[in-house]
Amino acid sequence: MNPLAWLTPDEWQAIRISLVVATRSVAFGLPLAVLAAYALVRGRFVGRALLDAAVHLPLVMPPVVVGWGLLLLFGVRGPLGSLLLDWFGVRLVFTTGGAALATAVMAFPLMVRAIRLSLEGIDPGLEAAARTLGAGPLDRFVTITLPLMAPGILAGGVVAFAAGLGEFGAVITFASNIPGETQTLPLAIYAATQVPGGEATAAKLSAVSFTLAVAGLLLSEVIARRMRRLLGM
Amino acid sequence: MLDVSVRRHLGAFSLDVSFSAQNPGVTALFGPSGSGKSTVLSIVAGLLRPEAGRVAQGGAVLLDTAAGIDVPAERRRCAVVFQDAKLLPHLSVETNLRYGARRAPREAPGPGFAEVVDLLGIAPLLRRRPRALSGGERQRVALGRALLARPRLLLMDEPLAALDGPRKGEILEYLERLRDAARIPVLYVTHALEEVDRLADTLVLLEAGRVLAAGPLDALAARTDLPVLSGRRDAGAVMFCTVEAHDLARGLTRLVFPGGELQVPLRPEAVGARLRLRLRARDVAVATEAPRGFSSHNILPGTVSAVAPSGPHEAFVTLEVGPTPLLARLTRDAVATLGLRLGKPVFAVVKSTAFDHG
Repeated sequence: MNPLAWLTPDEWQAIRISLVVATRSVAFGLPLAVLAAYALVRGRFVGRALLDAAVHLPLVMPPVVVGWGLLLLFGVRGPLGSLLLDWFGVRLVFTTGGAALATAVMAFPLMVRAIRLSLEGIDPGLEAAARTLGAGPLDRFVTITLPLMAPGILAGGVVAFAAGLGEFGAVITFASNIPGETQTLPLAIYAATQVPGGEATAAKLSAVSFTLAVAGLLLSEVIARRMRRLLGM
Repeated sequence: MLDVSVRRHLGAFSLDVSFSAQNPGVTALFGPSGSGKSTVLSIVAGLLRPEAGRVAQGGAVLLDTAAGIDVPAERRRCAVVFQDAKLLPHLSVETNLRYGARRAPREAPGPGFAEVVDLLGIAPLLRRRPRALSGGERQRVALGRALLARPRLLLMDEPLAALDGPRKGEILEYLERLRDAARIPVLYVTHALEEVDRLADTLVLLEAGRVLAAGPLDALAARTDLPVLSGRRDAGAVMFCTVEAHDLARGLTRLVFPGGELQVPLRPEAVGARLRLRLRARDVAVATEAPRGFSSHNILPGTVSAVAPSGPHEAFVTLEVGPTPLLARLTRDAVATLGLRLGKPVFAVVKSTAFDHG
């Protein structure tokens, strides 16, 4: 028996969409999360507390509200959405890209927190010493800060990926539930529970979700430990 | 020539320090904790900005607030060796060593990689990670890394403070070699007099953010008006000696200093080596006639050049033995009985075992 036949093509498609959305959200969100974490830990500027709050907002707000906020901002009539459409011809609402954006926003605090934690563990004296040895700001960031916070970046990325596979509220609000386009795993599970006889699909996809989430968490632990050893910490 | 003059306020603490020192050589900033010596070092390094000040080294102006000059730390070429080595944990010892060298201007003078590795004895460590090094090894690597950055000025911020006794001695020996081998000026912050005695050429005494006194080490050590120095149990003159000969049969080493010579218990240094000895004032006795039938090998003729009270019952007597000043701490009664006054010819009597190294 073909092992792929355990799931229907539609179910495989939901998994594929979930993987694509989570990957894109991490690829898009991680660099920004590094910048945000760096600014929060090392930055001395007015409004740092405000940035801190903004970064953590998705963690405490109902996801639906976040999705609705995105709809206001990035909808085709929204201030940012209309710009994207006019200038680049990019439409985010009801697209896989939109699902990735919603997922990235929701997972952003997770990434920032993990990176921030590893950044706070770096002795600023290392950079001071490097400075007196002739290393400028960018040089120090690339040769010291970035490698030393790599465990946090990787761990943050993996956790965000695992969480991103299951993002529901923000995605369904902003990107809707379109099979083959924005229907990720949780959306497919939700849809399955809404139709008679969908229990089997819901159960199978739930099992897949569970496995992916656990694997993600374990992987992030293993990576973080390996990295720390590799970095001599 | 190192020129430093800085002013900085931080809460109740105010720093107002200026001094200059001939180079190359080791300038020690010495004072109790909280006297501002590390702050001065940070300002010279460019890691801290003073409210007003000027820092110049060998013709290069690194900071001059009046002229609007403030060279960023990464371009000052003032490498710092910190108390805890601050080695980069993710890089091997060798990569750490080359970190500064890669960023140094090509034309800058300075020792080569092999030379530094050899000087500090760190060849067996090159492939290790900093984490696998002992405290003393880390400090040696940090020193090598700073040297290889070809600095115009080497800054050391209590580099031995985190080490235990034997490690301190070990690094001190490397630092002495470095001082004698590399012609790099050093600004050395410490609160340990032993390090000052062994390394410093110029001494800057700091207290509560002010310069108490500054000048050549031997001149300052022989002064009796600086409680920071003269109030210590080990107050006394510092003598710059050269090893003249070893007498293995008698277990003695003969040292010469400007103005005379000394016999001390056998020393490990080779003939010709330079070393500094602190001759504590309380280990010096004074006689008005050449003593005979005496156990001491060291009877140095000299003249009294100063008598200063030290506490209610004692006095410091300064003796000039040739150009070298010695300090003796005597009771006031002895001063009166012997009739010690300026210009009187006397004999300083020193037990051979009186010398501490350092």
